[in-house]
Amino acid sequence: MREIAFRQALNEALAEEMKRDEDVFLIGEEVAEYNGAYKVSKGLLDEFGARRVIDTPITEAGFAGIGIGAAMAGLRPVVEMMTFNFAILALDQIINHAAKARYMSDGQLSVPLVVRGAGGAGGSLAAQHSQSLEAQYAHAPGLKVMMPATPKDAKGMLKTAIRDPDPVIFIESEVLYGLNGEVPEEEYLIPVGKADKKREGDDCTVISWSRALHFAIQGADKVAEDDGVEVDLIDLRTVRPFDRDMVAESVKRTNRVVVVEEGWPFASVGASISEWVSRELFDWLDAPVERVHQRDVPMPYAFNLETASLPSADRIADAIRRACYIEV
Amino acid sequence: MAKNENESSEDHVEPEELDAECAAQVREELGDDAIVEMLRKMVLIRRFEEHAGRSYQRRKIRGFCHLYSGQEAVAVGSLKAAGDDDYIIGHYRDHGHALAAGMEPNVVMAELFGKAPGCAGGKGGSMHLYDVERNFMGGWGIVGGQIPLGAGLAFALNYRGDEAACLAYLGDGAIHQGVVHEALNMASLWELPLVTIVENNQYAMGTAVERVSSTTALEKKADSHQIYSEVVDGQDLFQVYDAVRRARKRAIEDDEPSWLHVQTYRYYGHSMTDPAPYRGKDEVNQQRDLRDPIVRLREWIIAEDIVTQDEIDAIDDEMEALVKESIEFADSSDFPDLSELTTNVYIDWPAEID
Repeated sequence: MREIAFRQALNEALAEEMKRDEDVFLIGEEVAEYNGAYKVSKGLLDEFGARRVIDTPITEAGFAGIGIGAAMAGLRPVVEMMTFNFAILALDQIINHAAKARYMSDGQLSVPLVVRGAGGAGGSLAAQHSQSLEAQYAHAPGLKVMMPATPKDAKGMLKTAIRDPDPVIFIESEVLYGLNGEVPEEEYLIPVGKADKKREGDDCTVISWSRALHFAIQGADKVAEDDGVEVDLIDLRTVRPFDRDMVAESVKRTNRVVVVEEGWPFASVGASISEWVSRELFDWLDAPVERVHQRDVPMPYAFNLETASLPSADRIADAIRRACYIEV
Repeated sequence: MAKNENESSEDHVEPEELDAECAAQVREELGDDAIVEMLRKMVLIRRFEEHAGRSYQRRKIRGFCHLYSGQEAVAVGSLKAAGDDDYIIGHYRDHGHALAAGMEPNVVMAELFGKAPGCAGGKGGSMHLYDVERNFMGGWGIVGGQIPLGAGLAFALNYRGDEAACLAYLGDGAIHQGVVHEALNMASLWELPLVTIVENNQYAMGTAVERVSSTTALEKKADSHQIYSEVVDGQDLFQVYDAVRRARKRAIEDDEPSWLHVQTYRYYGHSMTDPAPYRGKDEVNQQRDLRDPIVRLREWIIAEDIVTQDEIDAIDDEMEALVKESIEFADSSDFPDLSELTTNVYIDWPAEID
């Protein structure tokens, strides 16, 4: 199968959906003439014109609101946030408006909107540009949150997100844009709320998503080699709603769980999944749920400190060992 | 009950006359029946708000409840100028706009009572009225947050090439919010058919406009966005109608958004829990005596021999009866079924909602 980069997979998803549906358009900072800050929208202005690929002033709240209003009128906007750090400015529009419209109007309004862009730590970008903020959105009923980890998923999930009748927050790890991977030529869709099993094993369930999944893969390799522990590795892909069925099936088999996320530990997606597992699957657990996450500090700039703050294969391997009662 | 309790505190004070030229021109354009119909709507709103206030005191309506009394000419005049395909979006002081847009008093009152037949099934309440079939896109509760949405609705009209505009309402308190100016900038840049209607009722909650605005000439606030603006007497039905009619035409034919500084006044406090200690009774009485939009319109209608005083009294009685019926309807309707708690969060959701 052909291999393409994550950003190109996203680009294909946008182009295909824009070709399929005249109501789909892309709006955001630098998306048109500059071809996207991360080149996700490369070539789209040439292909679809300025009516459907729209550069905005630097007004995250304003253009998010324009996207929401246009979605209320039945269009299918894809709002690009250059990064989700800046999308904090649009949280009012997203949480107070997009997430509430259907409920407050008792189903009269729909907001078929995608807000997508780069998230997570980029690499030496320091505190204001290195945040995993999925919990902000996953907290709010009315929103769905999708976070692909591979080029194949990026394409299939974005196409699904664009077709979804409700607002979807679609967070792309900044460091995965250049990741190459197999992507089918023919059309495919990856459903909302369906996780993917990256590795089968009976000893310990590891749950992750987005960039942290790649740390988890390395951690799983390590314990397989060093300790003979076979990990059942789940890529959630959608963090809200998360795939309870796949998590439950796995945990009932392995009886041990490690949740790995790129962001902070308190009031996080990982915290909620750990809570759910501890409560719903208590009788199947042989060990406390282990967690690996970014250290609970703003991201430092210094290269060594940044690495020490993020999850790593070593920290994940240790967490798996603790869950399996193997001496660390 | 003193039927006209809100219209005038003194019998013999002469209210300001409506702009005669503008009135004559609108009369010529719309005809007498349309003018009487607008009077009926304004009276309906006035009576509706009186009863809503009383129902609030009886704890039938709870939460935040913002009454529109005093501002009726703004909603009625502007929405008379709206076309069938225009979008309407506004703020949380939205009962008047909902009624002016043609929503039935029964479904609006039922929503205020939190009852199942309410326009949003009781989930929205006073601040969140919707009738999407009429393009009435709601009632939004975050000050200024509805203006980007309005720009988005206008964007969609442009995108599809529809010959229509979006009327977006905001108060004098909202005009300083960053998102309002972000939206104005893009509306101007992209020539969106957006008509922003600033209902300057003089107070942002308890804060007088001069205490928080660098200028009280609020029309100037759109100047840096190169958006057409004008000052409108919001207590003169015809001037409101005419200004919005022209703004709508500019939006559709010339791709030019507008910013209308509509000077109006609210008679009650910010919400039902605000006794409005920040302004004197004299100020309110003066507004009621000299500037009341219903009194001024009535005086003009009688002077022009369009209808008689008896017919005007009959309108009062009829609207009072209509509103009373809506109170009875709301009161006797059921609360939403508990199963409705978890509906319409999403179109579909894979698990039972926690």
